[in-house]
Amino acid sequence: MIGIQDLKKISDHEWEIPQSFRPDMRVPVRLFATRELLEQIVGDKSLEQAVNAATLPGLVGHVVVMPDMHQGYGFPIGAVAATEFPQGVVSPGGIGYDINCGVRLLASSIEAEAAAAHMNTLATLLNQYCPSGVGKEGVLHVNVPELERVMREGSRWALKNGYASETDLAHTEEGGCIENANPAKVSDRAKQRGREQIGSVGAGNHFIEVEVVEVVFDPETALAYGLREGCLVVQIHCGSRGLGHQVCTDYVQEFQGAVRRYGIELPDRELVCAPMDSPEGQAYLGAMRAAANFAFANRQILAHSIRRAFEETFARVGARYIVPLHQVYDICHNIGKIETHEVHGNRLKVCVHRKGATRAFGPGNPGLPPEYQHTGQPVLVPGSMGTASWVLAGTEESMLRSFGSSCHGAGRTMSRAKAKHEVRGEDLRREMEGRGIRVRAGSMSGLAEEAPQAYKDVDAVVETVCAAGIARKVARLRPLAVVKG
Amino acid sequence: MPYEEVQHTADWSLRVWAANMNELFAEAARGMNALTGARPVLDVAEGQVPGPVTHRAFEAAAPDPESLLVSFLSELVFAAEHEHLVFENFEVEVDGQTLKVEMDGALLASVNKTIKAVTYHNLHIQRTERGYEVEIVFDV
Repeated sequence: MIGIQDLKKISDHEWEIPQSFRPDMRVPVRLFATRELLEQIVGDKSLEQAVNAATLPGLVGHVVVMPDMHQGYGFPIGAVAATEFPQGVVSPGGIGYDINCGVRLLASSIEAEAAAAHMNTLATLLNQYCPSGVGKEGVLHVNVPELERVMREGSRWALKNGYASETDLAHTEEGGCIENANPAKVSDRAKQRGREQIGSVGAGNHFIEVEVVEVVFDPETALAYGLREGCLVVQIHCGSRGLGHQVCTDYVQEFQGAVRRYGIELPDRELVCAPMDSPEGQAYLGAMRAAANFAFANRQILAHSIRRAFEETFARVGARYIVPLHQVYDICHNIGKIETHEVHGNRLKVCVHRKGATRAFGPGNPGLPPEYQHTGQPVLVPGSMGTASWVLAGTEESMLRSFGSSCHGAGRTMSRAKAKHEVRGEDLRREMEGRGIRVRAGSMSGLAEEAPQAYKDVDAVVETVCAAGIARKVARLRPLAVVKG
Repeated sequence: MPYEEVQHTADWSLRVWAANMNELFAEAARGMNALTGARPVLDVAEGQVPGPVTHRAFEAAAPDPESLLVSFLSELVFAAEHEHLVFENFEVEVDGQTLKVEMDGALLASVNKTIKAVTYHNLHIQRTERGYEVEIVFDV
């Protein structure tokens, strides 16, 4: 077990596990955390997992971990690892089973106070139009050739079919379509799972949440993002559903042989990887991008369903409310991306593995649309259920210190079993309803597992990344309605 | 029950043990069903037994038993999600690098939780005093 004594303090918000800590480490680990958060982090095996991740061939710079980090499988959740392109490796487990799990934020000019009387209707319609929960199918069923188009085109497919606007695409990471996706490298089994799941939320910690912009910290950036204090916004958290899970399962299995072929020794079989320029690496990259595009399309269809729920709810109370929901941004927090970063003074093309970490590009980055060039990228940080969520902005500092990345949420501290033991779902629902939060949940035990007591304090996580300079505050959001499986 | 949940911050971890390798695989499947709370549709006319039942054979080949275990449990994850089937009455034959399973499946009546995937995280089948033992981490 790694303890605080094994870490070198860089500043009040940054720590290092030196490369000398274990002989098989290829780079050091850099951790963004306060001492208080660190004390929570050392309670599980996440630091050991970060050290394991630091053994991958071709790593450059540091393995970076965020203050919301917690134990995962293979990589810890909250990790960023960059490998040199093309000879470095790509690791499917370092991206995760829910490929392109991410967050989308839609903003409105509907004042929360004026909408209060209609929140029950809105929550009910959102629950009806956005299927969530165990085994629920999506709103669209497609055949395999159509699914392959979805996997190649992502949100562009949704645009062609009337489910998206040009602005939605401009306000999505990679424009909602990662190039060089290869559906031919996605198994038939993955395709079978994906065919009936477009436009579904899934279960676990995935949700749709209506929130109010409670506090604006940076009025100029908030204006650019379309966020108005006191107005409603909607957050979607979900990913590539069974299709992505199957792609990762297939390649983790297949790469068990690849590591033997390429003579790669690893401390954990879940970290299996292959050089990006190998046939195995190329196949996985093509399949992973196809699954990522599927996830973009999934969140886009959900956004379309959410707009329908809003229109129907507010059409009942007068035309002045019927304003389309504006997409602030859509981010991936489980992904592998080929990007260029400065490492030890050199510009390098790398594959950035973000496993529970959000891209946080700073101002002036060519990957951002013109309207966000001066602000930096919106960084969407959902909190635990019933607590605050945050909109942050990417900074120049994040480009230099964390491969243009920041935190992705609050981060768990308590197991699901313990949460269920300590919290009754029904009590939690009543407590949230008492605070004016409408809850539509398919399972009360699922609700208990997501109890805020099971998570770190999202405000403390956000304070840490902002104090460290890898993001800055734009607005804090307070929940009004939660829809989950 | 020859399985128990192990503390994990975010996902599910299951420790399984059995006298022999064949039984270890069967217990792992039963443990996974217990974790998800998968229950078959019951045939009232036949006295509350699962039904209608489909019989299925699953075969796999891999370099080591851990990979066979992941393949087998992943097959059950797929069947639950895509075909809405839950399996029991496992007859398992593990022979180093090959696996044969015969099992009965019934339509799922209800399930509390979905498993996204079966991981290889720290997956080692070990010989212990109890016979064979393994800890499996599921992504949920």
